[in-house]
Amino acid sequence: MTNATGPSGAVTSGYLDAASSEPLHPAAREVLLSALDAGYADPLRLHHRGRDARLLLDNARAVVASCLGVREDEVSFTASGTQAVHLGVLGLLQGRSRVSTRLAHSAVEHSAVIRAGDWWTRHGRGTTAVAGVDHYGRVSPDGLAAALADGAGVLAVQSANHEVATLQPLDEVYAAASASDVPVFVDFAASAARVDLPPGWSAAAASAHKWGGPAGVGVLLVRKGARWRAPLPVDDRADSRISGFENVPAALAAAAALQARTAEREEVNARQFALVDRIRERVAGTVPDVEVVGDPVSRLPHLVTFSCLYVDGEALVTELDREGFGVASGSACTASTLTPSHVLEAMGALTHGNVRVSLTRDTTEAEVDRFLDVLPGVVSRLRERAGVR
Amino acid sequence: MTGADLELDCRGMRCPLPVIRLSQRIGDVEVGQTVAVAAEDTAARSDVPAWCRMRRHEYLGEDDSPDGTPRYLVRRLH
Repeated sequence: MTNATGPSGAVTSGYLDAASSEPLHPAAREVLLSALDAGYADPLRLHHRGRDARLLLDNARAVVASCLGVREDEVSFTASGTQAVHLGVLGLLQGRSRVSTRLAHSAVEHSAVIRAGDWWTRHGRGTTAVAGVDHYGRVSPDGLAAALADGAGVLAVQSANHEVATLQPLDEVYAAASASDVPVFVDFAASAARVDLPPGWSAAAASAHKWGGPAGVGVLLVRKGARWRAPLPVDDRADSRISGFENVPAALAAAAALQARTAEREEVNARQFALVDRIRERVAGTVPDVEVVGDPVSRLPHLVTFSCLYVDGEALVTELDREGFGVASGSACTASTLTPSHVLEAMGALTHGNVRVSLTRDTTEAEVDRFLDVLPGVVSRLRERAGVR
Repeated sequence: MTGADLELDCRGMRCPLPVIRLSQRIGDVEVGQTVAVAAEDTAARSDVPAWCRMRRHEYLGEDDSPDGTPRYLVRRLH
């Protein structure tokens, strides 16, 4: 393995779960270490240590705004991507609650959006409506129309699916929402730093550790002029959309990672896209009774999911780990998780024997080839063990 | 749903066992006949139709057993 350790020392060889968490980008690591020493003070204080911290935080905000093509005052740093999603969705609902209390969302949203909807129905006395998807997991025009038919306070649609990589047709989503005069929330956690976020959203959210920043930094975007109202208590700090003391060093490291990933995006995307093409082709060709899911073309560059008939997904993850590969699974064949992936269900895909492979920025061709060499044997061993063939 | 030609009792089984049973027993009925899979496992609701698509059999739909357990009905096509 050539990339067992990056310059930062992180061991990433065989780690194929970047969609859960990307290893820290070397650029972020450097910035994080120096910002830990320089950015400890309260950015609200008027002494020079406070002003130093303020400068770092403003710098982080400016870099993130510039990378995402938004205004600096539209960017807030939250304590996680999930928190950014909750604040974004619930804040727009709050701002629109006199018009409608219904949250419409696609059937394949991240659980953070779905849980925000559950919370809203319980505590905001609201309702939800779900827009169906096609077999690639793409939200359909009919699904959108049905979800918006009875009016909605907010429409939440992700930019791309975090489990199957399919890109959502945001332009169609924006058009449908604007015809009904409904603001759109976009969860762009899966695509941030990889694919541009087209304008048209009223609020949006992402998570730094998906692009190689540290965990514990979410980004909440609220469009200037959007009717967004804080859904939770706020304090008297500088950013009125969030409460509490920002993690200044981590926010700056997140910004550095985003900047580095944006600069190397074309090269990394092209390499990853081709490697995923190879995985899609080889898996379909070498593993019998397998279903490779998601859109093969209009997709994120780094992520692919497939399901193997007759195999327990958790056993597959465990066996692949034994072979040196870290992958995720949307299957739920054990008592620990009661229901299988709602994304796979909504697409009508096979939910058991599921594996999600997602490449880090330095995953090599050799690693991918070794994975592809090992996989068919692992699957056939598990099938034999289960008494199939 | 009217009676199937063969009913598989997959109560208490977790995925992927109901689908494994179905694949092992589909050959016990003639082409054109039906197999019902009775299973509480929620994955079966997605996985029996997906199995039919992948193995080129016909998925006929879902009903409830007298005890309330969902049953998924399949027609053998080949």
